[in-house]
Amino acid sequence: MKAWHFSETAYHLLPPAETYESIRVSLPNRHYDPRIGADLYHRYLDEWLLAEDEGLDIMLNEHHQTATCVDPAAPLMLAVLARQSHKARLLILGNPIANRRQPIRVAEEMAMIDVLSRGRLEAGFVRGVPYEISPANSNPMRMNEREFEALDMIVKAWTNHDGPVSFEGRFFHARQINIWPRPYQTPHPPIWISTTSPAGAARVGTRGYVQATFLTGFDGTKQIFDSYRRAWREAGRGDSVPEDRLAYAALVYTGETEAEAHAGAEKLLWYVTSNKVPPHFASPPGYVPVEAGVKMLRGAEHPLSAFAKAASVEAAIKAGIMMAGTPDQVVKQIRAVYDHVGGFGHLLNMGQAGFLEHDETVKGIRMFAREVFPRLQEFRA
Amino acid sequence: MATIELAGISLDLWEGGTGRPLLFLHGAGGFRADHPFLGLLGEHRRITAPSHPGFGASSLPDWIDRPEDIAHVYLNLLDRLGPEPIDLIACSLGGWIGAELTSMVPEKFGKLIFVAPVGVKLGSRDTLDIPDIFALPAATIEKLLYHQPERFRADPSKLTDQELTIMLRNRETTALLTWEPYMHNPKLRHRLRRVTNPALFLRGEHDGLIAADYMDGYAKLLPNARTMTLPDAGHVPQVEQPEAFVKAAIAFLNGEA
Repeated sequence: MKAWHFSETAYHLLPPAETYESIRVSLPNRHYDPRIGADLYHRYLDEWLLAEDEGLDIMLNEHHQTATCVDPAAPLMLAVLARQSHKARLLILGNPIANRRQPIRVAEEMAMIDVLSRGRLEAGFVRGVPYEISPANSNPMRMNEREFEALDMIVKAWTNHDGPVSFEGRFFHARQINIWPRPYQTPHPPIWISTTSPAGAARVGTRGYVQATFLTGFDGTKQIFDSYRRAWREAGRGDSVPEDRLAYAALVYTGETEAEAHAGAEKLLWYVTSNKVPPHFASPPGYVPVEAGVKMLRGAEHPLSAFAKAASVEAAIKAGIMMAGTPDQVVKQIRAVYDHVGGFGHLLNMGQAGFLEHDETVKGIRMFAREVFPRLQEFRA
Repeated sequence: MATIELAGISLDLWEGGTGRPLLFLHGAGGFRADHPFLGLLGEHRRITAPSHPGFGASSLPDWIDRPEDIAHVYLNLLDRLGPEPIDLIACSLGGWIGAELTSMVPEKFGKLIFVAPVGVKLGSRDTLDIPDIFALPAATIEKLLYHQPERFRADPSKLTDQELTIMLRNRETTALLTWEPYMHNPKLRHRLRRVTNPALFLRGEHDGLIAADYMDGYAKLLPNARTMTLPDAGHVPQVEQPEAFVKAAIAFLNGEA
């Protein structure tokens, strides 16, 4: 089992939530003080490097026009880490390629980071959450089609070494593809894709890429992983799916005592409780299939909002989206999810969020890395 | 409602009424055969009303993503309807499709009525001509659409799954077609000068989506167009004021106004 330290690099010092419509898309950036933002960037980078020292790997992601994640150009942040880190794997999860206009540019950015880090890149790709539509001015229809076409184009750009090739797809076109540099790893960096739906997981399983899912809890994660495994087998990839193909992201805080851990976990929960987004940004037309939309109009939950109900540490632990407690408790909580979903090879730890201060973050990372992480290596599905 | 095969698309087609032929192109809300204005209009005209690809139960091939594409599909529909010029009423998003279509084959049409049409960009690049309907709360949208929104509020719990499916499909396809450039084709305004047909641009006085200036500017792109405003109506005057709407439409089409 690998474990990855993850922070969304939030800017948490906001006015009261009742004074704004949405924390995403439309929150005026006059509320962002760049002097404080600079301190936060440096702090978050320090925490990633400290996680590396403790034997964890590094994960970051990208969102736009939001205080929850002030990393609208994740490859830039990753480039800093590629230079400053020296042994951790570097996971970007991911590049929102349904919303990027030039897949070849993404292929180039990823190749640069792979070379700069001497082959430590794990290249993740995402469709993008609904609130990314407006910032990117991106059509919410046919996003899956764009995502996978862009990915095919990127792989083609990465793996072609003999002069220009062309690609004329439904959405993306290039006549002279011949990127410099080419990736450090051969044939290309490992590819990850995140999805929160079984249908999405089937697409990933068919292709055999690493499947990551975020805060989908016990049953949601099981459905997604089962769907991946089914598609993997149906594609003729073999009966058993290697655990390193599956990743689960949760909020994780380990303390010396339960009380200390829950105090830290309470602050991590900001990630869940701060996500104030009105329906017109959370449910753009076409983002979920029509059948799912009909069910939502009949009162079903938005597929991405299941975690929003877990507004307390206890509820979040019970839902399987948070692991918090003493080392023994955290091992047990991870084990419970691991067993329920049939195993996974990567734990993506959101180990920093909201008001969790630097020293608290460091302590949580250290406690996890020293007291929990070694014991995860014994897990077998 | 019949289903026809047209240019590889399975298309819902409603026909009703008696009189000279009229093509009706619905707006983003989709086509509803039970709107009272259709019955009133049908007393004067034989109406042909397709549900656009991706609306109602009409299929949506993956090559379609702009209103212009639908206009190309409807060239086939015009062929099917015969050589006689046909009058047109085209509303909102359907107005955009109608503007594209008439710019391609103006000779296939008689008189044209555009009801609160979108499709062109007239104002500054720093201001949206049409409010961003995909970034506004539903409570705001209904006020932009209707003079009296409370009369037209839909309760999802009273709709069938099929009706909800159509509602969501209509919304999806609207997003697909209008997303970028938003609610307009930059080339359309330069193509409309050859549409010399008598044309009426009509909007409701309280339309929050199509401003009076926008409609006036749009009408000026056609050499032979005039404008009219209906009181006590918003963006869908045919629904909100069916009698006044049909009276005005027929007066124009019959050449009395």
